Amino acid sequence: MISYIFKRILYMIPTLVLTSILVFTLIELPPGDYFESYVNELQAAGETVDPKLIEYLRAEYGFDKPIWERYFQWATGMLVGDFGYSFEYELPVREVIGDRLLFTIIVTFVTVIFTWLIAFPIGIYSATHQYSWGDYGLTFLGLLGLAIPNFLLALIMMFLANEWFGTTIGGLIDPEFVGQPFSWAKFVSVLEHLWIPVIVIGTSGTAAMIRRVRANLLDELRKPYVTTARAKGMPEFRGLMKYPFRMSLNFFIADIGGILPTVISGAEIVAIVLSLETTGPILIQALQSQDMYLAGSFLMLLGFLTVIGVLISDIALAFLDPRIRLQGGVSR
Amino acid sequence: MSNSHYVNEEPFDPKSIEVLTPEQEAIYLAPQRQLIWWKFKRHKLAVASGIFLALMYLMTVFAEFLAPYSVESRNSNYTLAPPHEVNLFHKGEFIGPFVYGYEKELDLEKMQRIYTPNTDRIIKLNFFCSGDTYKFWGLFDADNHFMCANVEEPVYLLGSDTLGRDMLSRIIYGARISLTIGLIGIAISFSLGIIIGGLAGYYGGWVDVIAQRMIEVVQSLPTLPLWLTLVAIMPSNWSQVTVYFAITIILGLIDWTGLARAVRSKLLSLREEDYVLAARLMGANPKRTIGLHLVPGFMSHLIASATITIPTMILGETALSFLGLGLRAPTVSWGILLNDAQNIGVVALTPWLIYPVIPVILIILAFNFFGDGLRDAADPYG
Repeated sequence: MISYIFKRILYMIPTLVLTSILVFTLIELPPGDYFESYVNELQAAGETVDPKLIEYLRAEYGFDKPIWERYFQWATGMLVGDFGYSFEYELPVREVIGDRLLFTIIVTFVTVIFTWLIAFPIGIYSATHQYSWGDYGLTFLGLLGLAIPNFLLALIMMFLANEWFGTTIGGLIDPEFVGQPFSWAKFVSVLEHLWIPVIVIGTSGTAAMIRRVRANLLDELRKPYVTTARAKGMPEFRGLMKYPFRMSLNFFIADIGGILPTVISGAEIVAIVLSLETTGPILIQALQSQDMYLAGSFLMLLGFLTVIGVLISDIALAFLDPRIRLQGGVSR
Repeated sequence: MSNSHYVNEEPFDPKSIEVLTPEQEAIYLAPQRQLIWWKFKRHKLAVASGIFLALMYLMTVFAEFLAPYSVESRNSNYTLAPPHEVNLFHKGEFIGPFVYGYEKELDLEKMQRIYTPNTDRIIKLNFFCSGDTYKFWGLFDADNHFMCANVEEPVYLLGSDTLGRDMLSRIIYGARISLTIGLIGIAISFSLGIIIGGLAGYYGGWVDVIAQRMIEVVQSLPTLPLWLTLVAIMPSNWSQVTVYFAITIILGLIDWTGLARAVRSKLLSLREEDYVLAARLMGANPKRTIGLHLVPGFMSHLIASATITIPTMILGETALSFLGLGLRAPTVSWGILLNDAQNIGVVALTPWLIYPVIPVILIILAFNFFGDGLRDAADPYG
């Protein structure tokens, strides 16, 4: 088991290297660079630009160097926590990211937990009570959550919260805590604001998970060993949890890594509507203005989060299913 | 000693013990396709959803005829008009479907028009009549519409937008883009997912390692930023049709990973089964083993994933158009229509601008119920 985990962690290295190459290529692909858009913007405002200044800035930030050299600089810089420089904010990327990445992690984590807590009991109930009214009703509720676009649900929740409670729910923290060090009071304030984005983002993932739990559990429940267990007098609940449920977890665990980018993507669009202080709005802005180190480092960090998620999912999968843990090639 | 044990010398006829009724015989002899259809038919909601989806796709074919107005026809005298209410009786007298005309006032404080129905002015709705001209399928000119009002005053059954265009017509036209965008994407993502996941799960070893890394790299990047970046790369001089296809392909390329992972993890556990060993010993090549013996083993899961994926793509298009990325006006899709509903004020003042979300919700629900029925029917022996 330990050697398996060690091997999995080693595998992360090529993944991260490949991700960084892909991210850097994507960021480089749009024609022009930040300075070009910057010059265009200034000229549109009627200001004259000294071409020498632009040349100087280009050289200063290494834009005159070949692409692979810049990639190497960026990638090795990240290893020691230097994420480059944001042209738009005129600050090191690390300072721009600051709290925002932490908020993204909090929102994502709470949302995933929320999704599990909702989806598991409903999925199990639906599978064991197939075609009952409860099954139909709960599945329908879950589906409704999937069918309503996140951004619209966010808008409507904002409207309703305003109508019923008279509160505005934009943002994640009260204004008084902005820029404050992280304290207990700030944490509580975040929790108070967290529930709406969590519900909005969570609803879309819940339906998919309910379906997966239900579908896979149903597949298992029809197998002869369940009948055998029942015939031998195993209590219904224990007979459910001990084998079929464990088997159906397989798919579910394999999907944990897949949920994260979905949740993060969902979080971004909701963050824009609700103006949350997460990575979403700033990342989209950075991509549009070709603030490449900011956008690239954000993408890279979000990618890193997911790689960790997949790692956890694989380790959990190996714990659950010895066949995967002890895998070997078919043609040995 | 007499032999009391009687033995019939006639040949044994098993049918003499258990006679199959014609119905039973039909079930036992039915091919698998027939069984699947029978089982699917039992799922009433799935059948209804299937019919609904078929009708919606049919609607995209005849959009020009079904829409009361053409997609760009606007009436600047009636901007942001609320939906007309259809009545059948006027002062207790039946006169067929009609609406009351609007009286307009300008609220100078809020700078918005206020519409109040005038119960004296009756606008009758006509059916199968002549209205805006259009080029049907881009082939020949026509002006037939399923429904239109009198010429003098427009009728907006679902209200009008900020430019005075009929929401109902635009929703009907928007279905063309929104409903087809998922189909190409799903074809791409499905083939990629099964091939790559299948190879990884069956062979294991270094094939698995490479496939896993590929999946992880694509999967580790959140979809929305990836989309944004790819949209930024697309040259701005591309035509809307090219952009449309580019976006479907991008969607398909990003979405295959979840399926591939699921296929892989199921194959990893299934390939140890005896029947796979038997197939291999009998000389079946990997393509045959995967395609004929292993994939049908979890087809139900693949179908459940597919029905989840088509709506995901429809929602993806909606979300991106809502943000003003991807497709842009004058193309009409449900997401582009929702682009007008970006702030909380719309929900409060002009709620009909968010009506395009209703077909989105209905289509996604229908795809899910339909897929549910398919999933249950895919294994007719269960």
